[in-house]
Amino acid sequence: MRKQKEKVRYSEIIPRTQQWPIVQLAKDRKAFIGEVTNESFDSLKTITRGRSLREELEMTVYREKLRMKANPWRVDPKDEKPFWKSIQDRLVDSATLPPAEAKEIEEGLLREIIHRYADEIAGNFKKNSYRFARAFITFGFARLLNATRVKGFTSLFSRQLDLDDKIHIVGEPEHIRALAKKGTVVMVPTHFSNLDSILIGWVIQFLGLPAFIYGAGLNLFNLKIFAYFMNSLGAYKVDRRKKNPVYLETLKTYSSMALRRGCHSLFFPGGTRSRSGQIEKALKLGLLSTTIEAQRIMYQQEDAENKAKKIFIVPVVINYNFTLEAPALINEHLKRTGQERYYKEADEFTTSYKIASFLFKFFTKGSNISVTIGKGMDILGNYVDMEGHSLDSTGAIIHPKDYFISQGEITVDHQREQEYVRILAKRIVEEYHKYNRVFASHLVAYTAFKMMERKNPKLDLYNLLRIPDEDAMIDYEEFKTAWKKLRKRILKLEKKGKVGVAEHMKEKANLAIEHGVANLGMYHAQRPLVKKGDKVIIQDMNTLYYYHNRMEGYGLEKHI
Amino acid sequence: MVSKSTSKYIGVIGAGSFGTAVANILAEKNQNVLLYARTPGKAASINETRTCNGYSIHDHIEATDDLEKVGKSCDVIFPVVPSANFREMMKDLSPYLKPYHILIHGTKGFDLNVNRDKIDDQNPLTREHVRTMSEVIKEESSVVRVGCLAGPNLAREISEKKPAATVVASHFDEVIRVGQTLLRNERFLIYGSNDLIGIELCGILKNIIAVGAGTIAGLGLGENAKALFISRGLVEMVQIGKALGGNAQAFLSLAGVGDLMATSYSSLSRNFTVGNRLAHGEDIKAIIDSMEEVAEGVKTIDIINELARTYKVRVPITETLHRIISNEMSVDDAHRYLMKFPFRAEIDME
Repeated sequence: MRKQKEKVRYSEIIPRTQQWPIVQLAKDRKAFIGEVTNESFDSLKTITRGRSLREELEMTVYREKLRMKANPWRVDPKDEKPFWKSIQDRLVDSATLPPAEAKEIEEGLLREIIHRYADEIAGNFKKNSYRFARAFITFGFARLLNATRVKGFTSLFSRQLDLDDKIHIVGEPEHIRALAKKGTVVMVPTHFSNLDSILIGWVIQFLGLPAFIYGAGLNLFNLKIFAYFMNSLGAYKVDRRKKNPVYLETLKTYSSMALRRGCHSLFFPGGTRSRSGQIEKALKLGLLSTTIEAQRIMYQQEDAENKAKKIFIVPVVINYNFTLEAPALINEHLKRTGQERYYKEADEFTTSYKIASFLFKFFTKGSNISVTIGKGMDILGNYVDMEGHSLDSTGAIIHPKDYFISQGEITVDHQREQEYVRILAKRIVEEYHKYNRVFASHLVAYTAFKMMERKNPKLDLYNLLRIPDEDAMIDYEEFKTAWKKLRKRILKLEKKGKVGVAEHMKEKANLAIEHGVANLGMYHAQRPLVKKGDKVIIQDMNTLYYYHNRMEGYGLEKHI
Repeated sequence: MVSKSTSKYIGVIGAGSFGTAVANILAEKNQNVLLYARTPGKAASINETRTCNGYSIHDHIEATDDLEKVGKSCDVIFPVVPSANFREMMKDLSPYLKPYHILIHGTKGFDLNVNRDKIDDQNPLTREHVRTMSEVIKEESSVVRVGCLAGPNLAREISEKKPAATVVASHFDEVIRVGQTLLRNERFLIYGSNDLIGIELCGILKNIIAVGAGTIAGLGLGENAKALFISRGLVEMVQIGKALGGNAQAFLSLAGVGDLMATSYSSLSRNFTVGNRLAHGEDIKAIIDSMEEVAEGVKTIDIINELARTYKVRVPITETLHRIISNEMSVDDAHRYLMKFPFRAEIDME
């Protein structure tokens, strides 16, 4: 029987939901959409990118029509086609008008499009359904957990096990709580599974933080049950299919203005789930850039009485032994290595049945998740202290405002801010690697895959993945030796603070490996790896490759 | 255009010949230039005699030995100190630097952040141990708006007001703009580049070739031989540069081939002079001791020789020069050796 841990309970930092910025935002949703429309409109008018407004509009209509035809989704509104047809008709009709009149119509159309986008993006946060969804997740999961773990009918009402027995929150939870009181928090988690959104929603409420607004992929709203949870957790919608400048600008303005209103936000800076299983290396800079822009505008607008609030970036790393979608993700990755642009969304999260059965498995079998809350940083990636002060590498206090100052004044310089986004993105990636927690299962996968590579030096990746079954096995003693060597290396890295290591990794090698093999991709139809007698047998090279990728980027390959 | 900067000081750190030249150019357009010299004696003597290293200095220049004053009264600072002292200087300056500062350095050498004795086959020298000055600035301070100056800028010619041009490289357009505004005049052109590391590497690596060109001149081997050497040297620069994270394009710029030509043909260049005197049979230690200012090339040869081994880049010229300065080979033998060396690969611009 495992011993009951001392449980931490976090109180809500703002008990009165009325005062949550997100509640305020939801209250005047209409007015907010209006503000977003105005600001996007103004900046789109000034940013021309060498095209006339008419050309920009024509391009937008063209791309939207193409999208509707090539990639329609269930969640798309019914009136899409007539809307774009009407825009196109009016655009064509106005072509022959005198320039001044034509311009007026063009600007009107632009405003209409922006407004439609803003309305589509904006979340539908409802305080009451937030409470319900929150209670449902916590209570429902906990019941399920108890019913299956603790035998007997009364166990349905047992309080013995809670969700936090399953999900370990490590890192700096107190820091994020402190920062959420001082300023606006932007949480940037790694992204491996569609489940991340709900998981993070639970983490946020567990830590006693007010609701965050989310940038969630519109595809998730295809599914009614997800849509319900996402909406009630404060999600706004990001449609990856729309890549036209008008949409992107509207999206960025939405995020930037919400931040300026003090809404804590969350986005997955990797953009989409990691296809290869590797920790995000290159981040999408678009939404990230809104943090920097919002902070600059807040400094521009501050005065002696109303000091600008600070924006804090908090990296979060989620670790699983298992990613439900792994087989499909890695397939996609392999298919399009090098051809990022053209692929079809193939979502395995498409049926409620699959999700339900996954959740059931998740709660009934012993596979844990750990969520590492990183240390808070300012918008340039400098660490901040508990008071929210930015610190330089020597620990001296610096003021982020100075980053926007040129010869004594705050100046607007987009190229400069672009560079800042790059610096921030680099810092977030560094933090990800630091907070990544190595599970025995990750290392088992890494060791096995690298040994296969070593044994077949002549095969390239694709041939290696197709290796015949009779060759896909490794002698256990050899495997153990290599695994121990790598573990030693990882523990060294841990000492230097470059990576985190789960407790079970420190057990005796045989036990830790057994734990790793048992947990590696445990719910896949085909387990990537099994141990039979004195052999380790690889059953699925693709998923093994996927889980092995998690350990890339630490220079371990030299030690095998 | 310069009205804003007239009230504040522009800083120059390092009162060597290039630092003085930079300060003089700045003083032509700006009212207040603060030139930092390491010792109180030197600062006082500059202020008193209005000369520095034998060059006269502009009326707008004020010398100081107070780094705090430099940090606090300047928004834009040009550090021009030898690479060996750069990190130390940054550590001293750092407490007075804020993220609003802009630093544009003019130092053409590497910083070595590891004890050379700890480097062996088990623990090879890597790019992590070898930093460019812009990297040192970012590591040691909260300044992010960093740039560098590089190009054919022989200090004496600039002091004599002969025409020249330079490259200001930075990831920030703002830094390039500031550099242009502060430095440009009718005899001094400023080009901009966003390839900061590439341009820094050009300035650093060309010193190796300049030492070699000096030996050819010293042996009196003639212009054909020298042109042969310099063009092969450029290929080697590109190959090392690419291994260290630079782009081949940068080496074709004013800061690459431009600077290489000026330094390889001029007895005004310190690195060229080192090679020249080596060819005349002088001992390397004696040469270094007798020079007033640092020839960065000697240290760079040692570092690149080691890095090339780690990254398995073929660098016959650097390797041979390394043998000369470590007294393993005479200059004569070295040239015979290089003539026999099978240089096959032409430059690969990809």
